[in-house]
Amino acid sequence: MEFIECCIDGHKYKGVTQEVGLSQTDGPLTYCDKADKNREELFLRALCLCHTVEIKTNDAVDGATESAELTYISSSPDEIALVKGAKKYGFTFLGNRNGQMRLENQRKEIEEYELLHTLNFDAIRRRMSVIVKTQGGNILLFCKGADSAVFPRVQNHEVELTKAHVERNAMDGYRTLCVAFKEIVPDDYERINRQLIEAKMALQDREEKMEKVFDDIETNMNLIGATAVEDKLQDQAAETIEALHAAGLKVWVLTGDKMETAKSTCYACRLFQTSTELLELTTKTIEESERKEDRLHELLIEYRKKLLREFPKSTRSLKKAWTEHQEFGLIVDGSTLSLILNSSQDSSSNNYKSIFLQICMKCTAVLCCRMAPLQKAQIVRMVKNLKGSPITLSIGDGANDVSMILESHVGIGIKGKEGRQAARNSDYSVPKFKHLKKLLLAHGHLYYVRIAHLVQYFFYKNFCFILPQFLFQFFCGFSQQPLYDAAYLTMYNICFTSLPILAYSLLEQHINIDTLTSDPRLYMKISGNAMLQLGPFLYWTFLAAFEGTVFFFGTYFLFQTTSLEENGKVYGNWTFGTIVFTVLVFTVTLKLALDTRFWTWINHFVIWGSLAFYVFFSFFWGGIIWPFLKQQRMYFIFAQMLSSVSMWLAIILLIFISLFPEILRIVLKNVRRRSARRNLSCRRASDSLSARPSVRPLLLRTFSDESNML
Amino acid sequence: MTWSATARGAQQPDNTAFTQQRLPAWQPLLSASIALPLFFCAGLAFIGLGLGLYYTSNSIKELEYDYTGSLDTGNCSACAEADQDGAPPPNCSCALNFSLPEFFQGPVYFYYELSNFYQNNRRYSVSCDNAQLSGFPSALRQPVNDCAPYQYGAAGLPIAPCGAIANSLFNDSFSLWHELPPSGPYVEVPLDRTGIAWWTDNHVKFRNPPLVNGSLALAFSGTAAPPSWPRPVYELSPDPNNTGFVNQDFVVWMRTAALPTFRKLYARIRQGNYSAGLPRGNYSVHVTYNYPVRAFHGRKLVVFSSISWMGGKNPFLGIAYLVVGSLCILTGFVMLVVYIRYQDQDDEDDSDD
Repeated sequence: MEFIECCIDGHKYKGVTQEVGLSQTDGPLTYCDKADKNREELFLRALCLCHTVEIKTNDAVDGATESAELTYISSSPDEIALVKGAKKYGFTFLGNRNGQMRLENQRKEIEEYELLHTLNFDAIRRRMSVIVKTQGGNILLFCKGADSAVFPRVQNHEVELTKAHVERNAMDGYRTLCVAFKEIVPDDYERINRQLIEAKMALQDREEKMEKVFDDIETNMNLIGATAVEDKLQDQAAETIEALHAAGLKVWVLTGDKMETAKSTCYACRLFQTSTELLELTTKTIEESERKEDRLHELLIEYRKKLLREFPKSTRSLKKAWTEHQEFGLIVDGSTLSLILNSSQDSSSNNYKSIFLQICMKCTAVLCCRMAPLQKAQIVRMVKNLKGSPITLSIGDGANDVSMILESHVGIGIKGKEGRQAARNSDYSVPKFKHLKKLLLAHGHLYYVRIAHLVQYFFYKNFCFILPQFLFQFFCGFSQQPLYDAAYLTMYNICFTSLPILAYSLLEQHINIDTLTSDPRLYMKISGNAMLQLGPFLYWTFLAAFEGTVFFFGTYFLFQTTSLEENGKVYGNWTFGTIVFTVLVFTVTLKLALDTRFWTWINHFVIWGSLAFYVFFSFFWGGIIWPFLKQQRMYFIFAQMLSSVSMWLAIILLIFISLFPEILRIVLKNVRRRSARRNLSCRRASDSLSARPSVRPLLLRTFSDESNML
Repeated sequence: MTWSATARGAQQPDNTAFTQQRLPAWQPLLSASIALPLFFCAGLAFIGLGLGLYYTSNSIKELEYDYTGSLDTGNCSACAEADQDGAPPPNCSCALNFSLPEFFQGPVYFYYELSNFYQNNRRYSVSCDNAQLSGFPSALRQPVNDCAPYQYGAAGLPIAPCGAIANSLFNDSFSLWHELPPSGPYVEVPLDRTGIAWWTDNHVKFRNPPLVNGSLALAFSGTAAPPSWPRPVYELSPDPNNTGFVNQDFVVWMRTAALPTFRKLYARIRQGNYSAGLPRGNYSVHVTYNYPVRAFHGRKLVVFSSISWMGGKNPFLGIAYLVVGSLCILTGFVMLVVYIRYQDQDDEDDSDD
């Protein structure tokens, strides 16, 4: 974050000149005269005093000059930027010592102020103040805060110039703060002091009391000026947002910044594009009329009409409509939002909300500015409860994003300059915003595929495990005779088929990570929980049913013979079960092998290892008369089974039949995919300059994002 | 700012190929160009195997004769009729006549088949004591509870061998007679009653208890025969190596069948003039009809079968291989068509650009 410029009494200051410290730049706001020297100094003192920045004391004190090593620490990077800005203009904050704030002025003199009270920042007041006592004994209050929070509380003259300046800065995407001061006469201070202490000591309703006292104190101030701080977009923020859009996510920006700042930020990060038509629901558009709600109602109806005209209802043309028609962006601010959500008790408020949601659903991007932290959570909750209950993801870096991060399904915190509150309360935390792209598009995609496959595979393998057992009951007089030996029953899920799927669900990359990050549209393949819908579930279930039937009846028909051995000896029921089980273990493991697209050595080890272990275990288990077993059912069953040629042929055949549909499906899919990929690359080459790829509103994924850190 | 920088790495995963998902990997794609030859090769191989199996199976001869009444091949129906009420009269003998129009290629195996007999019933199939059958004297005196109600006899003596499986031992006996000169006297065909059980069963799993004074009967003293048995276990066969728990008929019976209709090996015909097979002519099977099956609507059959490398007659395997092989070839062709169509489309697309 960087201090860009400031405005003192409506005079614009930018850059630094050697002699004076402050210089004026050209531009529409340039005036021939500068602000009064005293006002300049007052402004800079205000910057130096009105903050909660602390100085990190360096351990290396051996004679080194203290001032050169100053490191500022604050919960808000804005304040650091301001203090550094003041330093650039000659006023250096030197830190607190014994309750004295020390600063060095332009003339290299040390000034000391006694810090009497700090009226801390909060999101509702949107301002903070300090009350200090000068060396001369004057008591001063310095206040800085958002324009909307400061302008109503200052005497009216000179406000207009500063206001214009602030607007201009906001349009440029800078964060603006207004600075005001007031002198407090000692008598008043006595009262204020008493009130403040009383409020701070209050045991009940302390918050309300403090708020009221603060409110009383911060009135009738004099505006000194305004600052503009640039909050630089993080590296690759625009690319990330574009990728998320392309991946079919809906991006909502929830920010505490003022509308103009947020809007220009959204343009900078390409959330809005020049072609996007903006629908505004802000105090500005509404305030003009005397009855706010009527005006709001009008606007809502109007916007809805407009959107419905653009997107006809029929789902068929929806996709087409999306690519061809105008894109819309919605801007809504905090006060309007609260008007919509909890305006009046009459029935229309509910109606407002539903119209508002309809509008939101149709817009490609939504910007919510001037949001209080709880409002952010409110919005997330609202989106969560939409029809089709979309999955929400919140990402933010500041303490004011915590409520939103906690509210959404997936909360992501960015470990950044604004402290770790967000990261601490998040499900996942990343160091940079741009990592979100890889996190969602690559890791999110891969882990979804892995976990979905894991779940389906578990149902599948247990279904085809138990189906032959079920079928066997029809042939054993429903006597609950186990088809498989107890050891096989126990070890099937634990030893024979667990590790391959574990390795798969840790390592599988059915598409390269690079491909996934470079082509965000791949993310749409898994949107709407695609792999765990009824269709895929039925496919897996039918596959399992088919395989289970093949296992059982294949063996059943095989047993319709006198003997399977060349010496005419006959097999019993345990051989029957062992054949079924052998085919089963091989089939479900090879099915996973067919699904595995990413064969690391671990996959090889566990897949072939599991099969080898099964064979080894079966030999071992049947090779000994186990003294602790009552029933020696399995004695030499497996070895005897493998001595028969018919048995080998039958096992191979049954495994092949079971896997046949799966092989067929994979081969067909690969043929299709290959041609699709070719088509895709052709199309991409032809219209590489086309607009943003379509976003399918039916697969709504909502994503709220905090622009504070952008 | 700085503290966030210093705290970095505290929870970072190790920078290994595994945790960073960077393991080198083989990424095979089952593409059509690999799968198609695979399908054709597999199809051809399967058809080849299928043909082999089918012809082998067809060359195997199998004859089966039901002797549970209502048959005009012999006089066993008398015994079977009597069986209707519960048990056939003791030592009801009958004969089953058949004739072979041509030479029956050997070696011939003699099976009996029971139907509707659920040897795989859970209560039934656990009802035996493996320790007893392994010849442990302690288990001989104290059979496991699984054997109940065939655990202790009427006099309180432990039953050996205990349990329902042993009690229900198949006790019909057969002998095969050949009318040597046509319309001449019948000559008995030698039946080899050994080598019908699994070697491991007969030699490891089933053991007689240690002899007492060189006598098996003494070893079994203090035990009772199963209630349905006419004689104790040590008199199952006069051959001292084939009696007691290691009697091969008994061992074969103890391997419970998988399905309610099952066959068990009775004897091999491989001696004398009949080692190559059964010559054409008239034959008679003399049956000692003891085993009641009519009570549970079962049937008893004798089966003569020759055996090849693939076992007995089993058309299923051959047909299944043929079907799957043809299916492979068929899908191979279908896929080839699909593949070529897509290929063409791609080429068109390419030329469009």
